[in-house]
Amino acid sequence: MITAFFDDPGRAIVAIGALVGIAAALPGTFLVVQRRSMLTDAIGHAALFGIVLAFLVTRDLHSPWLLAGATAAGVLTVVLTRAVEATRLVRNDAAIALVFPALFAGGILLINLFARDAHLDADVVLLGEIAFAWLTVTTVAGATVPTTFLVLAVVATINALFVAAFWKELVLSSFDPESARALGRAPGTLTMALLACTSLTAVAAFEAVGSVLFVAFVVAPVGTGLLLADRMSRVLALALLVAVGASALGYEAAVALDTAIGPAMALVAGATTLAALLLSPRHGAIASALRLRGARQRDDVRALVVHLDSHRDAPDGLRENTPDDLERHLGWTAQRSRRITSRARRTGLVEPGAEPLVLTDEGTSEAARLAPPRA
Amino acid sequence: MVDALLALVTDFTARNVVLGAGVLGILCGAVGSFAVLRRQSLLGDMLAHAALPGIVLGFLATGTRSLPPLLAGALLSGAAWALLLQVIARRTRLKDDGATTLTLSLSFALGLALLAFATQRGDARYAGLDSFLFGQAASLLPADVTLLVVVASVVIGLMALAWKELALVTFDRAYARTAGVSVVAIESALTVALALAVVVGLQLVGVVLMTALVVAPAVAARQWTDRLGHMVMVAAAIGASSAIVGAAVSASVRGMATGPVIVLVASFAAFASLAFAPRRGLVWASRRRRRRES
Repeated sequence: MITAFFDDPGRAIVAIGALVGIAAALPGTFLVVQRRSMLTDAIGHAALFGIVLAFLVTRDLHSPWLLAGATAAGVLTVVLTRAVEATRLVRNDAAIALVFPALFAGGILLINLFARDAHLDADVVLLGEIAFAWLTVTTVAGATVPTTFLVLAVVATINALFVAAFWKELVLSSFDPESARALGRAPGTLTMALLACTSLTAVAAFEAVGSVLFVAFVVAPVGTGLLLADRMSRVLALALLVAVGASALGYEAAVALDTAIGPAMALVAGATTLAALLLSPRHGAIASALRLRGARQRDDVRALVVHLDSHRDAPDGLRENTPDDLERHLGWTAQRSRRITSRARRTGLVEPGAEPLVLTDEGTSEAARLAPPRA
Repeated sequence: MVDALLALVTDFTARNVVLGAGVLGILCGAVGSFAVLRRQSLLGDMLAHAALPGIVLGFLATGTRSLPPLLAGALLSGAAWALLLQVIARRTRLKDDGATTLTLSLSFALGLALLAFATQRGDARYAGLDSFLFGQAASLLPADVTLLVVVASVVIGLMALAWKELALVTFDRAYARTAGVSVVAIESALTVALALAVVVGLQLVGVVLMTALVVAPAVAARQWTDRLGHMVMVAAAIGASSAIVGAAVSASVRGMATGPVIVLVASFAAFASLAFAPRRGLVWASRRRRRRES
């Protein structure tokens, strides 16, 4: 039955894409919250160095040691970046930008010098090809399964077990590393373990999507989740949902538009993030712009109420309290004073239709609350 | 090394590459200093990736591989994605790190999708576009070097003109704003300058390694001085010498790609400076600590 499922290339490709997304979202949720997602980019690129070193030792492009070398190089990147950062001579962003290109450049030069004739190319880590990832198969317990799928399934399981086992600690150290340290939950060790999981995942995902698209599989679904939800469990659930949905939809889109499948999956996931960015009811750009506008107008109405109140008893009070005066005294444009005046009338703070502007009783008590009369 | 120097004098291509690399090194060192000080070391990485969709679009629009339309496309695309990055980082809870990774990977995905589209259309001439991924120094034409010189002169000239404003915005944005400096304009100009440096450098060192050429010389220079003017000059000098040495070495050893050698030389300069620079360097700091303890 399992064999039959993978007989259809389309289904196999979507399944592999979905697994990349699932495996990536598990550690990715915490990395994005901890603002360490840029390390996934670094890890992915530096892995080339480990692959080349392992190849030079084994001289076999299909040796599992290549995966081990790549994972180790990913961990090495993290360790080196943190060491550079710990000198306090450079900031975190510069430390990342210093370490991974050096390792990547080292990897390319090793290929140039010692592995010219092998079919080893920097492309192996930079660009994957999900359209071919299902071609190599392995037989397990009588079922024939794409090797990439199998490896990814194992990695996704490891990640799921890790995240499930340390859920509380991961959440705590993501939001409050100081408390985590004080409680003896070793946030440093936990973060290293998280990044080791990420390295493993990046390496398993190379063949399918390459290191740059892997970054999209980490950050886009998680970004969508973060923009729509406020609980880590829901963020993760949304991220998993987006990852699976984007794989299916991305495949269909790529076939329809005759373009590359991996990038299309990443772009569909990215489109959901951008949609959430704009439309999320609590954290979206539109919602926060409207909120900001509302807050500004509320402040303006308060200024208007206090202004009207302070001039009420003055001899020239009636003359002061015309819309023209708002332009002069508060420095408002005509449009702004019109908008704020009508808002103040709508909320019952200013008498409707009156010109000059007169506060209602409610408006007077609001003014007294905002600027208590001096004794 | 002697071979390399000999090659410089006799080999036309090598001379061209070394000259171009040197100019690019100066430009990247100068522009990179501001990026590093403003904690935007990874913006260069993002811009390098975001150039890809622009390059492919430039190619699809004009149907040629001639450099100016491709670079114009790359620059426009980089600016657009940088704008998106800024909106995301300022307006949402994703902040700098998440916004950078998101724009970096999505712009690159878009570039790959467009590239696949161009290929599927049977446009065989797209071949060679992927030289931008890894850089292909040997394909550098004299006209490209001229372009590099022009871009570097304009950027550095403008930098000198707006020096005071640049320094203010780099070290104290709030004060710059009260002093009447248009912070948004200066920051946008710095981003465009960085995008320009990255775009003209892609052909030489490629997408992945571009970020190192921007960051490494600046980090190295920072360890030797506390003055902005000195830092920019030292970074330009380190950038230029790393690029020249790297280009010369790769020209003299058969099969060695130019970009990686340049980046390794620049990285070596950065790590050596972190260790040995007077006063700030690690060796000095540990000696000082030991002296205090004894």
